[in-house]
Amino acid sequence: MPQASRSFATLQRRPLANRIARRATGAVVAMCGVLLLVFALKHLVPGDPVDAMLGDQAQAVDRAAMQHCLGLDQSVPQALAAFAASLFNGTLGHSCRDPQTTVASLIGRAFPFTFSLALAAVSFALAVAVPLALLSAWRPQSWWDAAASVFAVLGLAVPSLWLGPLLLRWFYVQWHWFPGPADDPSTAAALVLPALTLGIHMAALLTRLLRASLFDLTNEDFMRTAIAKGLSRSQALRRHLLRPALLPMITMAGMQVAGLLGGAIVTERVFGRPGLGTLLLDALAVRDWKVIEGAVLVMALSYLAINLLVDVTYTLVDPRLRSPAAAP
Amino acid sequence: MTHTRARWWQHPAGVVGVGLLCTYVALAVLGPWLAPASPTALNLGRALAPPGGAALLGTDENGIDLLSMLLHGMRLSLWIATCTTIISVLVGATLGAWVGLRGGWLDEGAMRVVDVLLAFPGIILNLALVALMARPGVPHLIFALSLTGWVSYARVARGEALALRQKEFVLASRLAGAGEAWLLGRHILPNLMSTLVVQATYGFASVMLAEASLSFLGLGPQLPYTLGALLAQGTTYLWSSSHISVAPGLTLGVIVLACNLTGDVLRDHWQPRRPSRLA
Repeated sequence: MPQASRSFATLQRRPLANRIARRATGAVVAMCGVLLLVFALKHLVPGDPVDAMLGDQAQAVDRAAMQHCLGLDQSVPQALAAFAASLFNGTLGHSCRDPQTTVASLIGRAFPFTFSLALAAVSFALAVAVPLALLSAWRPQSWWDAAASVFAVLGLAVPSLWLGPLLLRWFYVQWHWFPGPADDPSTAAALVLPALTLGIHMAALLTRLLRASLFDLTNEDFMRTAIAKGLSRSQALRRHLLRPALLPMITMAGMQVAGLLGGAIVTERVFGRPGLGTLLLDALAVRDWKVIEGAVLVMALSYLAINLLVDVTYTLVDPRLRSPAAAP
Repeated sequence: MTHTRARWWQHPAGVVGVGLLCTYVALAVLGPWLAPASPTALNLGRALAPPGGAALLGTDENGIDLLSMLLHGMRLSLWIATCTTIISVLVGATLGAWVGLRGGWLDEGAMRVVDVLLAFPGIILNLALVALMARPGVPHLIFALSLTGWVSYARVARGEALALRQKEFVLASRLAGAGEAWLLGRHILPNLMSTLVVQATYGFASVMLAEASLSFLGLGPQLPYTLGALLAQGTTYLWSSSHISVAPGLTLGVIVLACNLTGDVLRDHWQPRRPSRLA
């Protein structure tokens, strides 16, 4: 039997490897699509992109510079080759405003600020959501349950672009408890207010989902059996419900971290954090297309990469996915 | 009828949500007549006046009446969200249901496009699109928001259509010689309606937030009175005149809340789950 067909056959017999391979292929295809879309973005807007960005009153010099920045002074294959080259040499091209600086170095400086914020926000959200949802499931229809529901509804509705300034107003301007936009953004204390701003919305979402999944699971046969065997509600919760209910949280939390890489733009602006969002906004203000392109690309690619990582982890951790019957 | 009404009153939160939503829509429709002043009438003599007195909610940095700005801004935001949601649902549902019904390579291809568009977290794709326009206006914004908005509807519609096309009534209709357009219009889309309405209710809230975020960053329609622009001004004057951002922030939050509550009650009504109670 040839090597290739035998390994394919083994793959077929192993649902786990099969599933991971399928997800990885999907992610790679999506990444290629993302690359193409980012490259083609400037052509999606109706009309000439140079006119659209500069208006029709612009000087010839500025128009030429913008044309060069957008790569429109080359033919499409040439521009595509240059784009691919900038990906492979790891520079992501050079900033149009400052040709000495590579886009990759700008992103490298900004990424830790966004990533630490995303991690802090998700940790806060999990620390709030998991206990709250468990209390709900432990004592349904109680005050705790009502409080969890109200928190889930209100937390989802508070716009972060309002909450951020409000937190600044009280905890920075009024009471000076935490650092504000003017202070050093690399300290841990500087993380607190922005993480809270993003985390409350997320905590509400996670509470809602975890509470719903816990309540769904209490209807399952294994829970009825556990109660029939004489386990108390809290014992049944602890021994039988916790694992299947918490496992999907891995996926949710991972997706939220990935989403925040691009979703923290407003919060970064409000708190003056020099992360990816701020980099993107600063580039937008001066129409530095190379930096815009690079930042958008990195956000989308990291989103796909983190999602793939989370998916694979989940597949490895959840024993139910190991049986052939469970493989979709 | 009585049955429906009885079920409505079992959801006090839903009644509150629908009531709030209707109130805001009415305020938005009647806004220009209710507003005590023009949303652009400068009066530098009484800039940053606190609430109360002649201006109920106070005035902004240019002495413009905040209540008038808020009413016009809310009207604009609701209008943008309505247009975007309608376009997204129409395009997304039709496309998704069609590729789901067809299946095969077309379905595969469309889903890869969906995967690519969903890979851009938050508003970054909208930001990049808006950045390519010198002075984004309302139509530009609706265009940019719809360009990313249809994707989630397409995914849901496609999933449902995949399940529906195996059902007996669809197969029977196909055997009777029905074409694709007939199947879509007669069998697939009507069956998707409840799912789509629920999704659109939540989607409306996210469009409101996305639009406010873009305006907050100065990349929305270049008008001083959108909800996002008012919140941005409120942030600038947070230190001295904190009254500016209170009303627009509350308005945005309550509209989102009303949409979510309405979505919840519609979902419970159309897609009831087993009552959750431990034996």
